[in-house]
Amino acid sequence: MNFWTLPESFSTFGDDIDAIFLTITWVTVAIFFIVEVALVWFIVKYRHREGQRALHIHGSMRAELIWTAVPFLIVMMIAVQSAGVWFDARFPGRIPENAYEIAVRAKQFEWTATYPGADDELGTEDDFTSRNVIHLPADTPVVVHLTAEDVIHSFFVPELRVKQDAVPGMAQRIWFEMTEPGEYVLGCAELCGLGHYRMKGRIMAYTNDDFMRWDLEQRRPAVAVAGTASTEAGGAP
Amino acid sequence: MTTAVVTGPGGAVQHPVHHDEPSFVRKYIFSTDHKVIGIQFLFMSLLFLVIGGALAMLMRYQLAWPGEPLPMGLGETRAPGGIILPEFYNSLVTMHGTIMVFFAIMPLLVGVFANYLIPLQIGAPDMAFPRINMLSFWLAVPAGILIVASFFVIGGAAGAGWTAYAPLSAVSEYSGVQAGQNLWNISLIILGFSSILGALNYITTVINMRAPGMTWFRMPLPVWALFITAILILLAVPVLTGALIMLLFDNVLGTTFFLPASGGEPLLWQHLFWFFGHPEVYILILPAMGFVSEIIANGSRKPVFGYPAMVIAIASIAILGWLVWGHHMFQSGMNPMLGSIFMGTTMVIAVPSAIKVFNWLATMWKGDLHFHVPMLHAISFVALFVVGGLSGVFLASTPVDIYLHDTYFVVAHLHYVLFGGSLFGIFAAITYWYPKMFGRMMNETVNRIHWLLTFIGFNAVFFPMHMLGSAGMMRRLYDYTEYPHLEPLQETNIFMTWAAFALFAAQLLFAVNFIWCLFRGRRADPNPWNANSLEWTTPSPPPHGNFPATPVVHRGPYEYSSPDVADRDWYPQDELPRVVGAPAHAAETEVRR
Amino acid sequence: MSTPASLSMLPPVDAAPGIRVYNQKLGMWVFLLSEIMFFTSLIGSYIILRSAHPEAYPTPGSVLNIPLTAFNTFVLICSSVTMVKAFAAAEVRDARGIRVWLLATIGLGAFFLGVQAFEYWKLLGHGFGPSVAGYTAAGGPLYGSTFYTMTGFHGAHVFLGVVALCFTLFRATRGAYDHGDYGGIEVMGLYWHFVDLVWIILFTIVYLM
Repeated sequence: MNFWTLPESFSTFGDDIDAIFLTITWVTVAIFFIVEVALVWFIVKYRHREGQRALHIHGSMRAELIWTAVPFLIVMMIAVQSAGVWFDARFPGRIPENAYEIAVRAKQFEWTATYPGADDELGTEDDFTSRNVIHLPADTPVVVHLTAEDVIHSFFVPELRVKQDAVPGMAQRIWFEMTEPGEYVLGCAELCGLGHYRMKGRIMAYTNDDFMRWDLEQRRPAVAVAGTASTEAGGAP
Repeated sequence: MTTAVVTGPGGAVQHPVHHDEPSFVRKYIFSTDHKVIGIQFLFMSLLFLVIGGALAMLMRYQLAWPGEPLPMGLGETRAPGGIILPEFYNSLVTMHGTIMVFFAIMPLLVGVFANYLIPLQIGAPDMAFPRINMLSFWLAVPAGILIVASFFVIGGAAGAGWTAYAPLSAVSEYSGVQAGQNLWNISLIILGFSSILGALNYITTVINMRAPGMTWFRMPLPVWALFITAILILLAVPVLTGALIMLLFDNVLGTTFFLPASGGEPLLWQHLFWFFGHPEVYILILPAMGFVSEIIANGSRKPVFGYPAMVIAIASIAILGWLVWGHHMFQSGMNPMLGSIFMGTTMVIAVPSAIKVFNWLATMWKGDLHFHVPMLHAISFVALFVVGGLSGVFLASTPVDIYLHDTYFVVAHLHYVLFGGSLFGIFAAITYWYPKMFGRMMNETVNRIHWLLTFIGFNAVFFPMHMLGSAGMMRRLYDYTEYPHLEPLQETNIFMTWAAFALFAAQLLFAVNFIWCLFRGRRADPNPWNANSLEWTTPSPPPHGNFPATPVVHRGPYEYSSPDVADRDWYPQDELPRVVGAPAHAAETEVRR
Repeated sequence: MSTPASLSMLPPVDAAPGIRVYNQKLGMWVFLLSEIMFFTSLIGSYIILRSAHPEAYPTPGSVLNIPLTAFNTFVLICSSVTMVKAFAAAEVRDARGIRVWLLATIGLGAFFLGVQAFEYWKLLGHGFGPSVAGYTAAGGPLYGSTFYTMTGFHGAHVFLGVVALCFTLFRATRGAYDHGDYGGIEVMGLYWHFVDLVWIILFTIVYLM
């Protein structure tokens, strides 16, 4: 496991996020070395010696202007680059039209996913659910309607570069598109009580064909598991 | 009894100075002397620093060896058979944060040094309101007792994080915590009132009680930093108090401010908390920046480079600090447009921090560096604050924050600022002003060893946290090995835990040195560091009333290596301007009325 | 006796250095800034919650007794007037005037509290309480939560003001302000006017909007 970089990304905007991460890493590492090297250099060069007297100087307007302007330009550059990716990931207008939509409801300490069923509509009779394992198609944009039942949780899938707090009383809509089928870890990133550490799940991503097959299988016994995500109480630890 | 009436600019009568001996209780317990109050805060907050550190050790133990029994028992409700329970771990997380922020770092920076330094550095005999000052300390004491007591009530101490996000903090069924959360609330409300009383005192004192000639731009930078910090406290803490009251009412009165089930808004808590919380972050670093500026100038024997720029940077950090609170909430579901605006303001606030770092470097440039212990800590502050500042850029970038938010990267960032920054600033300040406070020098060799071990230990504990965060390890996880992808991180965690134990043990050196030298330290001169500011013109420790006569200030505090004085490299603020042939040290007893 | 604090209570004739406002007055201004932020957090929360949940907030008249509180508002404004009168009396060293007007201010402040207590009692009887449990009035429990917290903390400030005024009156009866040292009364007045001002804002947004 490589500590120095993020785990491999498997979502479409994940690579863009990693690119910014890398940019910031280079910029900050460069600044870090400039400052620390200067510091060490001064420590060695200007250490007290007999007869040495410090330069009596109060400042320099030009220097102040330079080290105000340069950091300002650097951070603004980072901010502008970040804003573009941020909008791609989060702006409601950027959510693809043809996305596959599911609902995920968080409660202490589990995730319940609700799928639209045969009519492709959420919130209808034929919806079916799964607990802690979320089945999704890869190579298709996915929209998750995220809610919470009791306290604030956070839907965190590291390899997809997805994180969104699930706040009770609020409906959040997030989207992502996985680039490869596989299994991705889902964790809770917001302290949500004594079982916070074990509030984990998985996202199973299939190829479109496999997902279609899985989806059909779920629909057949749909009557047995019918009902939208459970709303009855039971969040107490 | 002799009473010297002290006058300020404009000839106003301020305070009489007594030289009679008050009783023990009036002198050391219910004292109105700002120096005694500062030292009272020092002892109290150092005690909390140890408590907060001990809590961190328990957390580190659990993180290195999840689920393994501790070598000692902590009670059946917390760690049956020595195995830390998840609910107790949540309490540890919460109380470590709360105690360190509110009961250790904040009082160390403000309670101790604002009290101790402001009157001494501006040439005042005491605070504007000595009795309110005393009340401020004696409100902090019950707050501290309540927060410690909360460990021992049924249900344990608060467990919703130091940020106490509702509804987890507002409904005891969700957290399993009962009275603990309410005690936490009440304690912080009381402590907030204490902070506000302190702040109004510092502000009034700085505005009104400066010695003749102590113009705004002749004030030492610690005073500037503490003054601006006091304004932040004054305006930010009441917002927290309001939020805490609502949270308390949700818990005990059945109101519904933050409970969505009956119409409340959980995010309202976060907005209120961080509207306070971000200025609070600067409350926790600005004073340290002031101390470090003072000490680097002293250690470099050189005027602070860009004094006005330093003041402007502090002020602009304080102003911008009100506009960035949303960056704690990028992933909370706020409008992404708003998120970008907060990203912009947050990026901008990096600029004044950078200005400060470059000015510190420039202060050392072409200096005559003396590496006394305070200087070592101050240089460490600069070196480590840079790391904390740069890691902040990652978190400020909204898309990168999607990944890093609530991971150990944040923990690394905040510890580089709060420990690498504030706490090193505090060590610098304590070792620098200890001789003034207690009239004795600390043992220099022990202090150097302590500095070295702390510097190494700190980096060994906290630098790897960046890597844990990059690997996706979330904060506040009782047992990360539940996640298969985090299991390989255990070795790193074990290393960090051993480093943390060593770091904690190194602090014992400091504690022993601190206490030992109170009684056995070498006697300190009035001015052991050959410094310029006014506190060094009075005896160590200064008498009640501080100055035998009101000092008159002739110049700024950082006139080191001035060409006007060739025989030495410092030039006290109250020394009469030297004319050719005039004797030195003429100013000390200039104004005696 | 001359503790530092009491000596610096000396009259404003000798303005302290700095901005030429004596310490106590400056300190009170600074403290009131803090109070503004405190009430801002409560009032701001009210505004946010109300705009997010308009259904929880019916027109105030359907729950609250507006004429009664309007009268009470008038009483509190009158108490500010009497406070000014006490200050004016202290300026001209009118010993009797100080005591009379301070007493009038205390009376009006206490009357305000009495009416507020009566209002609370009536409202609680109509199922309008601060908590979710037992809330049967119009709107939602959020209404009760915000109403009682805001008006309650204002009431607490009035109560503390009345206590402080009693202390001021006690000092006045011992002649503390008879010789031109009106500092204590001026500082007290600043607080009292502030509390009055907060009420006018609260009355406007809670009862009239």
